[in-house]
Amino acid sequence: MSTLEDTQELVGRGNIEGAALFRDWFANLGETAKTGGAAAYVFVMGSTNEILKTFDLPVVFPEITSLQTAVRRVAHELLEEAEDYGYSPDICGYVKADVAVQLRGGDHPMGRLPKPTISVLTNACNTYIKWAEIWERMHGTPMYTIDVPGTRQAGGQTWAGNADFEADRKYVEVQLRELITVCEQVTGKTFDIDKFREVLGHANTMTRCWSRMLELNSARPSVFNALTDGTIYLGVANAFRGTEEGARYFERLVEEMEYKVANGIGQDLEEKYRLLFVGVPCYPIFRRFNELFSEWGGTFVNSTYLWFASGGTNRGFEYDLDNPLASLAEGMLVSVRDAMDSMFHQDTVLEQMITDHEADGVIFHPIKSCRTVSTGLADGRRSLSEKTGTPSLFIESDMMDRRVVSEAQMKNRIDAFFEGLASRRQLAQAGPKD
Amino acid sequence: MAYAAGVDVGSTQTKAIIINEDAEIVGRALLDTGANVIQAAEDAYAEALAESGISQDEVEYVVGTGYGRYRVTFGNSQVTEISCHGRGAVHLFPNTRTVVDMGGQDTKAISVTADGEITDFCMNDKCAAGTGRFLGAASAALDIPLGDLGPVSLQSTKPIKISTTCTVFAESEVLAWIGKGKKIEDILWGVHKSIASRSAGLMRRVGIEDEITFTGGVSRNEGMVKALEERLEKKLNISEDCHYMGALGAAMFALDNIQAARTPAETGANS
Repeated sequence: MSTLEDTQELVGRGNIEGAALFRDWFANLGETAKTGGAAAYVFVMGSTNEILKTFDLPVVFPEITSLQTAVRRVAHELLEEAEDYGYSPDICGYVKADVAVQLRGGDHPMGRLPKPTISVLTNACNTYIKWAEIWERMHGTPMYTIDVPGTRQAGGQTWAGNADFEADRKYVEVQLRELITVCEQVTGKTFDIDKFREVLGHANTMTRCWSRMLELNSARPSVFNALTDGTIYLGVANAFRGTEEGARYFERLVEEMEYKVANGIGQDLEEKYRLLFVGVPCYPIFRRFNELFSEWGGTFVNSTYLWFASGGTNRGFEYDLDNPLASLAEGMLVSVRDAMDSMFHQDTVLEQMITDHEADGVIFHPIKSCRTVSTGLADGRRSLSEKTGTPSLFIESDMMDRRVVSEAQMKNRIDAFFEGLASRRQLAQAGPKD
Repeated sequence: MAYAAGVDVGSTQTKAIIINEDAEIVGRALLDTGANVIQAAEDAYAEALAESGISQDEVEYVVGTGYGRYRVTFGNSQVTEISCHGRGAVHLFPNTRTVVDMGGQDTKAISVTADGEITDFCMNDKCAAGTGRFLGAASAALDIPLGDLGPVSLQSTKPIKISTTCTVFAESEVLAWIGKGKKIEDILWGVHKSIASRSAGLMRRVGIEDEITFTGGVSRNEGMVKALEERLEKKLNISEDCHYMGALGAAMFALDNIQAARTPAETGANS
């Protein structure tokens, strides 16, 4: 049974604590920059946080630090600086904002970023490789690239025990062992297998909680907005992966969501339409973008973003602490492969989300400066439409560049989409014509 | 007799339509939007009322549409022009399943059901390529009135291929072809074909299904009708009222609201 005290204590706690953790993360990075300490630059798809945290290496996620400049409405200044430096307007906005921050000596609206001591990346996005090469040229930063084999064909994933999968796992594991040697050289520390197990244990807790949280949002009314609240959770899931704070945060988040579900406490709107979001958010007008949907009673109950950018939690894979390195290789193989698949063959993931979350519509949001996440969206939409008939909307903008975000045009399309949903619902309620 | 009205405030022109309870058009107006959007809406509405010979009091419901729909201050509600063009097209041509609306600054492809329900739509994005503006640029470059572009283009015998899709660069490309001594009608037909090609691409994204109705201001351009029909290899539904389609659809939504508000006694239905 709910009490007023419980409600006041629990509801909204996840957002407050998430924002606080996020500030702590930046403060820690600022301290590292001040003392000239070592820091690793990593990416959300295949961060290898589990190994880096074992070496106590602070991690910088340039994708996250860049998107923060858009949320704080200063991205355009950074983009223009990078373009003045010679980068084309067509290049990834995240890269350009980061280039400008590096040119400013790490000065970022949330504090100062340390220089990269090492960068670790995967082939999940080809821009990652070029991006790390920029740091290599700017700062002489060694880059370590992990080649993760992708799915050979749509729907053709293999799993543990399969000969192809085991060969791929060994291939990734060998690269992880080499990364450990590199980290030992960079930090001067010896790899501590017990600490590594502890990190993996925290990561397992976070993964379990993540799956539970997504499951809880199938409730009516839904308990969090996958776009706005979800982005806060993603920040913690990535920056704090494998940490005690991260594990504790998600346990408390699940507690909040379970309480909300048990007491029928939804979001701060009358939920009329349950939506799925595909792609990367429109950060230059982040809140307003969501309002364009919430004004119609539309809320995002899940997204592919919470899938491919969740730091390795998407499949619910938990590490085997008795066999930690082989297990990390398996988890990485599964999550990075799925991150790539969910961008190009996301119809299967979406079909499941539509069923599980009883979604009324799907919003596809291709963005100008990211070919990786946008290329397959038109095909994905067509395929999903043929399979499910679920109404969908295709709106284009950008995750960083406000120069290509036209709110009036977006509103027009979004309004028309909801008019269609309303008319469809009205016709369904009226029943078949005589 | 009750009346319903639709006012479509577009980027270039404002249209108003008044219909009676049988959904017959009794008044229409067409004005340049200009800088004062609110005034344009009021003036168009007043002109349509004057043409119909009915008073404002007799109009029970007004729906605003178009980019300036929220500036139709006397409107009872707003509906996007996407929904309105679909609804209007199905009213005028009941077998319509695809609508191509070409206006001053955007082109839309809309897929509709027999009920006028929008199943999908697609528009040009933050770029006026393939819209009426492209024709405006050609008109300025060649110093030919907008209304003459279509008829002149139809005299072409050796069309030029216009390579740019950018409205800003269209003018310089047209001038470059003039510099090379090409005939104006051949350049203009190339311009029409270029727009038709881009619009057909938008239509393919929503799926092209018969019948196709061409709406918006550019539907009055016979060169564009021919260019689109050739490109699509299909006949298009066209009417004098296609230019007013957004306003007509808005008026239809207004009529829905009037009918929905009626009690069974008023409509004469048995309880």
